[in-house]
Amino acid sequence: MTAFVPSNILAILPEILLLSLGVLVLVLDPFWKEENRRLNLGWLTAGGLLVVLAVSLALARPSAPVLVFGGMLRYDLLGFAFKMLFIFGAAITALFMMDVEQVGRRAEAYLLLLVAALGMSLMASAADLVMLYLAIETTSIPLYILAGFLTGDERSTESGFKYLLFGALTSAVMLYGFSLLYGFSGETSLYALAASFPTFSLLALGTIFLVLVGLSFKVSLFPFHFWAPDVYEGAPTPVAGFLSTASKAAGFAVILRLFTVVFPSLSANWSLILAVLATLTMTVGNLIALAQKNIKRLLAYSSIAHAGYAMIGVVAFSQLGAASTVFYLIAYILTNLAAFGIVTAFGHVAGSDDVKAYYGLSRRAPTLALMMMVAFLSLAGMPPFGGFVAKVFVFAAAIEQGWVWLAVVGVLNSIIGLYYYMTVLKYVYLYRMEGEEEEKHPIPLSRPYAIALTVLTIGIIAVGVIFAPWFGIATGAAMNLF
Amino acid sequence: MQFPILSVIVFTPMAAAMLILLIKSERKNEIRVTALAAASLALLLSLWVYFSYDKAVAGYQFVEKYNWMPMLGISLHFGVDGMSAPLVLLTGVVMFTGVLISWGLDDRPREFFAFLFILASGVFGVFASLDLFMLFFFYEIAVFPMYLLISIWGWIKTREYAAMKLTLYLFIGSVVSLIGALVMYWQSGLHTFDMLALEQAAFSPGFQKLWFPFVFFGFAVLGGIFPFHNWSPDGHVAAPTAVSMFHAGVLMKLGAFAALRVGIMLLPEGAKSWSWLIMGLALVNIVYGAFIAMVQTDFKYVIGFSSVSHMGLVMMGFSTLTRVGLTGAGVQMFSHGVMTALFFAAVGMVYDRAHTRDIPRLGGMVKPMPLVAVAFIIGGLVSMGMPGFSGFVAEFPIFMGIWQVRPLVAIIAAISIIVTAAYIMLVIRRVFFGSMPAEFEGHIGPVAVQDKVALVFLCVIMIGLGLFPSLMVPWVQTGVQHLLSLLGGA
Repeated sequence: MTAFVPSNILAILPEILLLSLGVLVLVLDPFWKEENRRLNLGWLTAGGLLVVLAVSLALARPSAPVLVFGGMLRYDLLGFAFKMLFIFGAAITALFMMDVEQVGRRAEAYLLLLVAALGMSLMASAADLVMLYLAIETTSIPLYILAGFLTGDERSTESGFKYLLFGALTSAVMLYGFSLLYGFSGETSLYALAASFPTFSLLALGTIFLVLVGLSFKVSLFPFHFWAPDVYEGAPTPVAGFLSTASKAAGFAVILRLFTVVFPSLSANWSLILAVLATLTMTVGNLIALAQKNIKRLLAYSSIAHAGYAMIGVVAFSQLGAASTVFYLIAYILTNLAAFGIVTAFGHVAGSDDVKAYYGLSRRAPTLALMMMVAFLSLAGMPPFGGFVAKVFVFAAAIEQGWVWLAVVGVLNSIIGLYYYMTVLKYVYLYRMEGEEEEKHPIPLSRPYAIALTVLTIGIIAVGVIFAPWFGIATGAAMNLF
Repeated sequence: MQFPILSVIVFTPMAAAMLILLIKSERKNEIRVTALAAASLALLLSLWVYFSYDKAVAGYQFVEKYNWMPMLGISLHFGVDGMSAPLVLLTGVVMFTGVLISWGLDDRPREFFAFLFILASGVFGVFASLDLFMLFFFYEIAVFPMYLLISIWGWIKTREYAAMKLTLYLFIGSVVSLIGALVMYWQSGLHTFDMLALEQAAFSPGFQKLWFPFVFFGFAVLGGIFPFHNWSPDGHVAAPTAVSMFHAGVLMKLGAFAALRVGIMLLPEGAKSWSWLIMGLALVNIVYGAFIAMVQTDFKYVIGFSSVSHMGLVMMGFSTLTRVGLTGAGVQMFSHGVMTALFFAAVGMVYDRAHTRDIPRLGGMVKPMPLVAVAFIIGGLVSMGMPGFSGFVAEFPIFMGIWQVRPLVAIIAAISIIVTAAYIMLVIRRVFFGSMPAEFEGHIGPVAVQDKVALVFLCVIMIGLGLFPSLMVPWVQTGVQHLLSLLGGA
């Protein structure tokens, strides 16, 4: 047990600031007039998150990793890098939420978003089973509510409820796994656990499975991916975007830490299991995405597939592997947020998420179409966008450790991916609207969307072209694990 | 430090594309002028690189190296040798003429030129890259814009199908090569993607034999090698004129060049043990492509399949692994690039005026457009390998090379010369001579000045190279010398 040191406050500075911002949102909300609320709340949350991001980057950067708060949290670069990602993702999501009916004007929505980001931040740095479980629940519960936030809409309610049921079930299974982990060692600290974790037994492997159930649900790994399309389809689009990016990245932060810190002795066994799961996740996600007619469902299946690609880095079980997964998530968060943002902006005006509604978009809104192309090509893994380098790095990591077949599977899957992303781009660029009167149906972009999408587009290209600094961060984060 | 001319060449089209996207889409003339200015600049710079390449010194010149990602040994590393210098020039030539030919394009020219230039940047990047990672990076950049260019501005009947087929084929090829490249990266143990270092990595023969086919054939898909050539005629036909020119003229060289650069140069032992397969497939390309071209009734398909046949000659030259054969292949890449650009330009001009490419329905085009007819005939002579034209300079050494290695193959491949002569003359007679069908009387407008400039420019290059082979052969020979040293002395 380490004693409390005031400087440890820095370790949770982002969390403290997030909470303060949440309180501020709640306190200020009643003082604002109804018609000003939407703008004020959105800008306050997004601006506040940017301040949190800047302050954390300026003051709270970790040096050597230490366990703080009695071993509850670990103050290291892995956690910090993910926290910054979550805060960034939440800021962008806040901008996207502003113009969504029934969500943008409600202070609770922003508060829930902030609390979810807070929970994710704790997930990324949790170093103790108890803390980890609390953090996961702190993340999940606000997200259940956000998914079902459109109370008048049946599909949103279904979405929230489905997410809750699946989440509760898998969370319970994972908790059982945690209790077994505790049973092995009498320890709850992840770093102390590792020493007494058995080298090989069926029970140990079973425990890994149980824990994996909960985490698979979080990152939508096969076979716990079923919820994703239904939930994304029904949830407000910005929330779906947040679920598919930040929430997924949080799951990966935990997976990276757990599997490298707690289970290294069994790496040969779980690597193979994860490799098979990654293969199935990619393949199932991509194949089903081929048949989708609704853009949100298409993106849901594509994001399932992306969880599979990111998993390849974990399977490699090496510093490069972990770094490539972190890098993949950076690129993926930027890209997928952009994709969902475009869908939100489009749906807001066009009122439809049908893929066919995108006919002629390049004539209706050339800039939006160009951004959509950037996002979709990045998802497909084309340079000069982030997705390309990210994919090359995970494949490189896999091949370094001899997982050539897994890299081949990944590569084949990216071809399937390219096909359906290109199909959507075909509608955008090639097809015409009914009546061919695109000029009369423009898609105006309100300021929050314009800002958020510009930032994301530049980010996607920046990560894809000047990848060394980003990979440096990812490597720094991964170094804390090995 | 010297002037970073290769970076400037690579990024000029990219910068121009960004600039063009900033111009308002209604101001079409400004867009065209900007595009032409950028293309001229790229052409001048590539001419400069080509003619100031020092053949006496040989090796890689104009080398620039910037550490891009030291952790994994990725650098932005440019340089040209005797093999790639002509191809850089070729890209400049095709880009320039492509812009001229597309002057009249009226549907969203802003996006058209922007995408075309992004593609050009990728092509320049591949030819100039000495870093394996960056080679892939630019390779993929070159592949994707093709999809948009074909599917948006292409021939309405087949464009969707052809564009998707082309992109998927090329993407599959490139990712298969990518896996091979990553395996090479780790196997070398050098932790660098620098191809100059990887050339010296001395991979074990077993490793080379295993991985050579993946790397070589992955890229050779873009070179149009049988049985993966299928995307190419469809793609050529569906694409708008300038894109066909780029596609057949430059992009297919991209595949052949990358297959040479990454496949043969990094895995020379593998190349030796698989050369029989390359030769066999290339033979099919050459003969089969020529016969298929013969029976086409669509003017553009004739040229499309002739490309398949001629690219077979390039692959055939590679497969000999001898000095003459490789030199021929190097010159053929350039010569075919110019020739096929000319062909597609001519086909485009005929189609734009007659609105059909059906050979039986055409005829007598020599009267309204004599210059196009002359240019097409010159292209035809190049295609047949007539002495005095660049085709001869290229094809003759290739056949000599094969003869040295396998005389029988040379004899079979030589059939293609006859078939080529047959289909080229047939097309010339049917399209340009004979009587013009009544429906075209008075409907065939004159050819624009820009088009004439482009045609003359391409013809001058082909004749010039045919009369003065010393304008290119010594360059290629220095490149081949380096290749042979990697292949073990010979």
